[in-house]
Amino acid sequence: MGFPILSIMLLVPLAAGLACLFLSAGAARMTALVATLVNLALGILLWLNYDIGGAQWQFTEEASLFAVFRYALGIDGIALMLIVLSVFLMPICILASWDAIRTRVGEYMAAFLFMELLMIGVFAAQDIFLFYIFFEAGLIPMYLIIGVWGGDNRIYASYKFFLYTLLGSVLMLIAMLWMVNEAGTTSIPVLMQYDFAPSAQTWLWLAFFASFAVKMPMWPVHTWLPDAHVQAPTAGSVILAGVLLKMGGYGFIRFSLPMFPEASAQFVWLIFGLSMVAVVITSLIALVQHDMKKLIAYSSVAHMAIVTAGLFAFNIQGLEGAMIMMLSHGLVSGALFLCVGVIYDRLHTREIERYGGLSINMPRYALFFLFFTMASIGLPGTSGFVAEFLSLAGVYQVSSGATLILTTGIILGAGYMLYLYRRVAFGEQVNADAAAMPDLNVREWVMLAPIAAAVLWMGIYPESFLAPMRQDIAALDARLARAAPEGDADVQIGEPNARAANYVAEEHAAAAEGAH
Amino acid sequence: MITLIVFLPLLAAIIAGFGNRALGNTLAKSVTTGALSIACALSWPIFLGFLSGTMEASVVQVLPWVQSGTLTFDWSLRVDTLTAVMLVVVTTVSALVHLYSWGYMDEDPDQPRFFAYLSLFTFAMLMLVTANNLVQMFFGWEGVGLASYLLIGFWFRKPSANAAAIKAFVVNRVGDLGFMLGIFGTYLVFQTTSIPEILEAAPAMSGATIGFLGYRVATMDVLCILLFIGAMGKSAQLGLHTWLPDAMEGPTPVSALIHAATMVTAGVFMVCRLSPMFETAPVALDFVTFIGAATCIFAATVGTTQWDIKRVIAYSTCSQLGYMFFAAGVGAYGAAMFHLFTHAFFKALLFLGAGSVIHAMHHEQDMRYYGALRKEIPFTFWAMLAGTLAITGVGVYHLGVGFAGFWSKDAILEVAYARGTDLGNFAFWMGTFAALLTSFYSWRLMFLTFWGKPRWADSEHIQHAVHHGHDEPEEHNPAIQEDAGHDVTHTVPSPNYSAGTGGYHPHESPISMLIPLGVLSLGAVLAGQLFAPAFLDSAAFWNGSIFYNEPLIHAMHAVPTLVKYAAFIVMVLGLAAAYLAYIKDTSLPARGAEQLGPVYRFFYNKWYFDELYRMLFIIPAFAFGKAFWRFVDKGMIDRFGPDGAAWIVTKGSAAAKRVQTGYVYSYALVMLLGLVAAITWVLF
Repeated sequence: MGFPILSIMLLVPLAAGLACLFLSAGAARMTALVATLVNLALGILLWLNYDIGGAQWQFTEEASLFAVFRYALGIDGIALMLIVLSVFLMPICILASWDAIRTRVGEYMAAFLFMELLMIGVFAAQDIFLFYIFFEAGLIPMYLIIGVWGGDNRIYASYKFFLYTLLGSVLMLIAMLWMVNEAGTTSIPVLMQYDFAPSAQTWLWLAFFASFAVKMPMWPVHTWLPDAHVQAPTAGSVILAGVLLKMGGYGFIRFSLPMFPEASAQFVWLIFGLSMVAVVITSLIALVQHDMKKLIAYSSVAHMAIVTAGLFAFNIQGLEGAMIMMLSHGLVSGALFLCVGVIYDRLHTREIERYGGLSINMPRYALFFLFFTMASIGLPGTSGFVAEFLSLAGVYQVSSGATLILTTGIILGAGYMLYLYRRVAFGEQVNADAAAMPDLNVREWVMLAPIAAAVLWMGIYPESFLAPMRQDIAALDARLARAAPEGDADVQIGEPNARAANYVAEEHAAAAEGAH
Repeated sequence: MITLIVFLPLLAAIIAGFGNRALGNTLAKSVTTGALSIACALSWPIFLGFLSGTMEASVVQVLPWVQSGTLTFDWSLRVDTLTAVMLVVVTTVSALVHLYSWGYMDEDPDQPRFFAYLSLFTFAMLMLVTANNLVQMFFGWEGVGLASYLLIGFWFRKPSANAAAIKAFVVNRVGDLGFMLGIFGTYLVFQTTSIPEILEAAPAMSGATIGFLGYRVATMDVLCILLFIGAMGKSAQLGLHTWLPDAMEGPTPVSALIHAATMVTAGVFMVCRLSPMFETAPVALDFVTFIGAATCIFAATVGTTQWDIKRVIAYSTCSQLGYMFFAAGVGAYGAAMFHLFTHAFFKALLFLGAGSVIHAMHHEQDMRYYGALRKEIPFTFWAMLAGTLAITGVGVYHLGVGFAGFWSKDAILEVAYARGTDLGNFAFWMGTFAALLTSFYSWRLMFLTFWGKPRWADSEHIQHAVHHGHDEPEEHNPAIQEDAGHDVTHTVPSPNYSAGTGGYHPHESPISMLIPLGVLSLGAVLAGQLFAPAFLDSAAFWNGSIFYNEPLIHAMHAVPTLVKYAAFIVMVLGLAAAYLAYIKDTSLPARGAEQLGPVYRFFYNKWYFDELYRMLFIIPAFAFGKAFWRFVDKGMIDRFGPDGAAWIVTKGSAAAKRVQTGYVYSYALVMLLGLVAAITWVLF
């Protein structure tokens, strides 16, 4: 065991968070920014030192605590990418809160730093109980962020958020206890190789599903998300959309699929069904929203449905597509919430109708907003396309019908996002106060530009992001192979046609020529 | 070299787009126009190289894109004969349109952005035509869609322009759904997205069947039809055509470049690029033929009734694209590409000419307010005349002379006839009838615009110009002036608007607009004559880049003389009818429209497609969205889920109520403690 970089990445926000509790507003802001930047640097270091094609679990650390509780950290490529996403978004969130948060700044920054600690912990944990603690405790800072610094209806939203997510986790905890009892280990890597009896898998799968489906969120347990987003401060929305929603997907790929392959195969159509419903219905709902954040929240549900469908396609394209979708959505929807935040800070309303014609007075803002809108609707060249394309290509190998329904998302997505963009950025400047808003300042530019660069990078050269995950996805694919559902395509090669479709006999032509 | 051709426009777009105001109008315009001129100058040698047979097909690798299991594709640039044809079409028209826009957009406040979009479009189009795999083609496909969206909505203050831009994007996405499924299916069957590999493997799959949506169908047919649905969207074929006429909201140079010469022909290009694959799919080809022929006649009927000069040309484009598709459908890919090639010149010419007329008439687009412009803007008149002679296919078979459209359109009609199938005959008759209508609406446009007496007096635009003096920049801002929406307010089908000039003097366009008109006129006159042998009769020219059907071409040359003259005869008939109705007796159109009441209204209202789609898709989408939101999300899930739980909790315990009203810290602490306690309890 070399340099305990993962522990350091947990310690830095912890220490900084504790410090923030006792610091003045200005000092707390600066401390939080420095701490998150340090963690970002560590995250980059982690990525650079990650040995692609090396051991499956790297940077492992282990220490026994009391009883069966162990402190075990370690990451594979999948976890690596999600950790990098988290540490990348954190400094941006701190910047987004720079001027917007005026009350209890120290506590706010502390909540964010604890949040970071818990997020990294979730992705790095190698012990199932350690994972559980990070996974559930992640709720608390977010609950506080919404409940204390949120909008007018924040109590309802935070309560709804809490109720939903807690409901799922109780079942998951029971399942975990049973599993540990059965397999005799709390180590996630070992459990990932353990073959539970298929009959038991069904129940375990459902218990985990209850928790992950809420976190995703999948239809119909998604209704906490729009409220939570609407009430949360901008940075809260960014983290919620950017990282917290990814915990559900991470759960599926880390637990449900490798630990219960047979049960996963058994429930493929449940997942596909819910995903199809989610894509169509939440996209339609997004179309009629008047609140910008609600619109983007509903679009998140639709995008996450592509993730679940891709994960349960049981093939490499589906899994890699789902992972890229998680990363891409983390960046893009995070950036979209920032875009909303930028104008919310100026006008203090999320009502779409209160804006209009922003291209005129905020051209740079309009450009960023357009770029992220296009990334959200999966324009090739942005990360959104690679994500959508791979996931759906994966699903197609299982079911053409499901793919057809899921792909309607590209039409509906274009519909609601462009409709939103038109109402915000195009048209005449009907609202004088909106027309008087200044363009992006340096701080906002610094928030948005790195995300735009990352989105473009992932769209044009996704290999950088796919390469670290390749081996882990391949291993998972191999483990799933025994249960993989049969595709509906079933190509049967027949006798090829002897002639091209527009074959014309030369004699016919000659005869015609003769007659002429 | 090809790398330079493709990426120069991108570079120029980036410079002009981000430089924007810092760079200034002139510099931004020079950079983009210069880049396109270089790209154009580099493209012609490639084309001529393929024409003379000295160039070989090649592929330049740029960067790997995605590697996911066996699904891999790269960024790469392919150059072969087919690409070379598209290269010259795209870069030539684009360079000319850039130049033309110097004059046309001269008074627009936002010029760097406009030129950046134009160059960005050109880049995307070049990526499309150089694609060596289906996914890169899709990249270009969506890229041109983005540029089209931005340019249609360029004057973003106008609600109609915004609506048209969204419509264009979303309708195209319907086609893209088919394209994407087609790519997925192709990958599933062939385990590759590389176009050469697919084309090589396709014949062996021609007898295969595949499960699709629960049915067992012929593999190649379903793949080709899915891909073709993408082509229908981009090329505005019947059913997915509704966005194209609305796209005329964009500035006229955009209409010329994107919605006439290049982007809308991407679908034809795709079918030709994949022609060996389509030849393994007889049902798909029949579908292509049918859609092509139906669009051809549908759009022509609508074109005869429109008053907006740009909309007439837009429907004409739609109709001409139909010709290209049914030519491809019956196996004459060379003829389809030839028509694409000649059409690019004469249709861009017609649009730019119309732009020049609109410019002269102070942004009036309604032809009922035109008339007698022949003497006022002679250069534009002669250019438009060349375009009209080309599109109506003027030429004499036995003399072997004719304008561009004569060569390509006649070849298409002959080949449809020579194909000898029922569908081929259907296409031939539809095409011939559409040629009659083409001639009628093209001459109608000419007569209404350039002949007769001036009818300018009643035009709001003209009055505006006269009363306010048309040299004030803000008065001249096309963002406020150009407006394609007169058919809503004036439904009287009569060109007999009150005569008189209203004191207005049209002015010929500046030289930067006339040069492109001159160059394109040359193309409209000569492109057919010069290149017909290569495009139609030379397997060596195509050199395997499309499926070349030698016997069919022989049969094409052997059709009866009457068939060869069919297009010429209907052209004369159309001209005569237009002459009668719009010069000889100008009360005829109104009386005719009255006589034909329902039929006229059906055509005039574009076969009610927009209304139908509005009822079928748009209204239900919003209604369902509202219903799902109100009744499912809020009415059911929330009511019986969290709100229900809250109700029980609040009723059940006052302590819980206190928790909800504030003490979040303690709540959180209780939760964490409970958690640890639960684990500990179960474990020990």
